[in-house]
Amino acid sequence: MGRRGVVASALSSVIILGAIFAIFWFAPGGPTVRYFFFNPHLMWQAFVGDPHQGLLSVGKGLVTNLWMFTLSEVLVLILGLLIAWVRLSQSPVLFPFRVLATMYTDVFRGVPVLLVMYMVGFGLPELNLGFISNQSPAVYGCAVLTISYSAYVAEVYRAGVLSVPHGQLLAARSVGLTHTATMRRVILPQAVRTVIPPLLNDFVSLQKDTALVSVLGAIEATRAAQIYGDTVFNFSGYTVAAVLFLLLTIPMTRFTDHLIAHDRNRRLAGT
Amino acid sequence: MTEVVLELAGVVKRFDENEVLRGVSITLHRHEVVCLIGASGSGKSTLLRCANLLETIDAGTISFLGQSLQDPRIDPDLVRHHIGMVFQSFNLFPHLSVLNNILIGPVYSLKRRRAEVREEALALLERIGLRDRADDYPDRLSGGQQQRVAIARSLAMRPTLLLLDEVTSALDPTLVGEVLDLLTDLAHQGTTMLIATHEMNFARDVANQVVYLDSGVLVEQGSPEEIFDHPKHQSTRNFLERVR
Repeated sequence: MGRRGVVASALSSVIILGAIFAIFWFAPGGPTVRYFFFNPHLMWQAFVGDPHQGLLSVGKGLVTNLWMFTLSEVLVLILGLLIAWVRLSQSPVLFPFRVLATMYTDVFRGVPVLLVMYMVGFGLPELNLGFISNQSPAVYGCAVLTISYSAYVAEVYRAGVLSVPHGQLLAARSVGLTHTATMRRVILPQAVRTVIPPLLNDFVSLQKDTALVSVLGAIEATRAAQIYGDTVFNFSGYTVAAVLFLLLTIPMTRFTDHLIAHDRNRRLAGT
Repeated sequence: MTEVVLELAGVVKRFDENEVLRGVSITLHRHEVVCLIGASGSGKSTLLRCANLLETIDAGTISFLGQSLQDPRIDPDLVRHHIGMVFQSFNLFPHLSVLNNILIGPVYSLKRRRAEVREEALALLERIGLRDRADDYPDRLSGGQQQRVAIARSLAMRPTLLLLDEVTSALDPTLVGEVLDLLTDLAHQGTTMLIATHEMNFARDVANQVVYLDSGVLVEQGSPEEIFDHPKHQSTRNFLERVR
């Protein structure tokens, strides 16, 4: 970017950001919104919580989001791979599993996560099935996130494998590699490169969607903010939760963009 | 006569309704080079893929060293240990260095020790004049160099038979020579090869037998002199007229 470019982009940034800020600041209800959403004192109180007033800490709630996210992520990577492997299999014996796997990805990519959350979170306890019906809301939440996101991730894996040119498979089989060895030594190492950016994208989504577990009553950041709001009649807790989610997802989004740009440069360099 | 390596008898291959090979019979002896010529779509590539079981045939038989490949007890992966294949588009593995491209077959198919095969692989690279590129990745090499590596990758398996599918068709004209020279060397050293090619002069130089295919039918086969100088069939004459 030349000097004129720098000046132009700085100027347009100042004007546009300034306009947005002005609209927000000078709107008729501006002071009210600032009081209800951006009250610094209440934001801090929501963040740390106050046991004497029965206020839960949004910050502590986020820890629940974190472990739900981490656990689901690991499970999603495994279950997704399993489903993709079944869908890509060619053995006639696995035909019924292929049909099931296809139905699975169709259904869980189609039904909103929130609805699955209600069905599992309120349905399973009703079954009175001992272990299955006695779990905490957070555990049901992780199960739902795993079930829903595995459908997406399975498709990401599958697209990655299918993106490797057919000639690679022919060449690998021609040097005598078995189907499994071909997958392991030739196809998967090449698929991984294509798969990582979309996979990280899905993980950013998954991080945010841990907030949906609040509908089952798990005390995570969103739920803590809601309780705070209901008690103090102020929404600043929601702002705190939003900022905390951003702090979680932004490093991941930036990293994903970096990988995509890196890959694009590699391709444009003709390598 | 020397030992028969590959024998195709009445081979038929269909893709859905489309009959790509219509009863092709070819016999290939040890140390022999057979060149398949014919227009694009005449079935040359399909025939090669059937020979190393990348495709299954619909009728006829293919036997390799006297053993029928249609026998259900045959393990295709083991057959491919002995039949190498080189492709028009090289198909080197882009995530592996040149050396590892050559080692992958011996190490993971033949389960030989890497340290032991490494010396052989380097000797092969020496032979194709690319010893100093062993640690480079394929995308750093020219098309001709990549194709030579692909040939070395097949040779590392010490195949009984080498199948070559129009291996110079994707190359810049200035790079064709280096690949054909390597193949000519191999032919002189007695490598048994079945070669689909559009390079008529090369076929005339190296082939013991030339086979002309048209729309999946074997029209004519014979010595290079018989096919190129005295073709019996009108369609062979027309084809040779067009490619000259």
